[in-house]
Amino acid sequence: MTSTRQIVRKTAAALLAAGALAVVAAPAAAQGRDPAYAAARANGTIGEKMDGYLGFVGSPSPTLKQLVDDLNIRRKASYADRARSQGVTIEEFAFTQGCLLISRTVAGEKYQAPDGSWQTRGAGPARVDPRCPSAG
Amino acid sequence: MNCAKWKARLTLGIRDANTAPTMDKGVGMAHGGWFGAVGAGTVAPLFLAATGCVNVNAPAEPIVIELNVNIKQEVLYRLVDSANENIEENPEIF
Repeated sequence: MTSTRQIVRKTAAALLAAGALAVVAAPAAAQGRDPAYAAARANGTIGEKMDGYLGFVGSPSPTLKQLVDDLNIRRKASYADRARSQGVTIEEFAFTQGCLLISRTVAGEKYQAPDGSWQTRGAGPARVDPRCPSAG
Repeated sequence: MNCAKWKARLTLGIRDANTAPTMDKGVGMAHGGWFGAVGAGTVAPLFLAATGCVNVNAPAEPIVIELNVNIKQEVLYRLVDSANENIEENPEIF
């Protein structure tokens, strides 16, 4: 009787732990990323800048540079569309997007702090520009 | 005298651009003119008036006037929903 109860308790604990891990390991935005892009984010070669685009922390390989340039071009196209429909400048929209993207970085990823320096996201919240709307 | 006055104002303009790049202050200084400048305690114009026409060399460094893009916070708040939606709809680029 006691052993059954213990097994149930252990299984429940294991399930909870697995669920928590899954949430940490797979944030919503991570799905659909190119594996090379995901790897570069994870190892800190690239990071999220304040202006809403990706930046290089060190000097990238030609392949990675091409990949990131392409992503930034596609980002800009999406910003342009949405900025137009909202009646704001591309820079304003991109800046807001940057606030969100920096807030959404996960531990170990790089982001640009308000002073322009590259920071590694830790367990706590990211340091965002004071003009950023508090990410909800 | 005319020459000295012109130089003095030019000097002020440069000082102003370097120390206070905002539009408001620039305009205020221009209206203050000669007496405003003296009143502000600037020594340079007095010196120039006493010695007559003095050549003022342009600084080697270009005068940079920072025009910060004025991003209003209320605008940013309005954009958050659209920005979140953008991430959901284009997960591969974020």
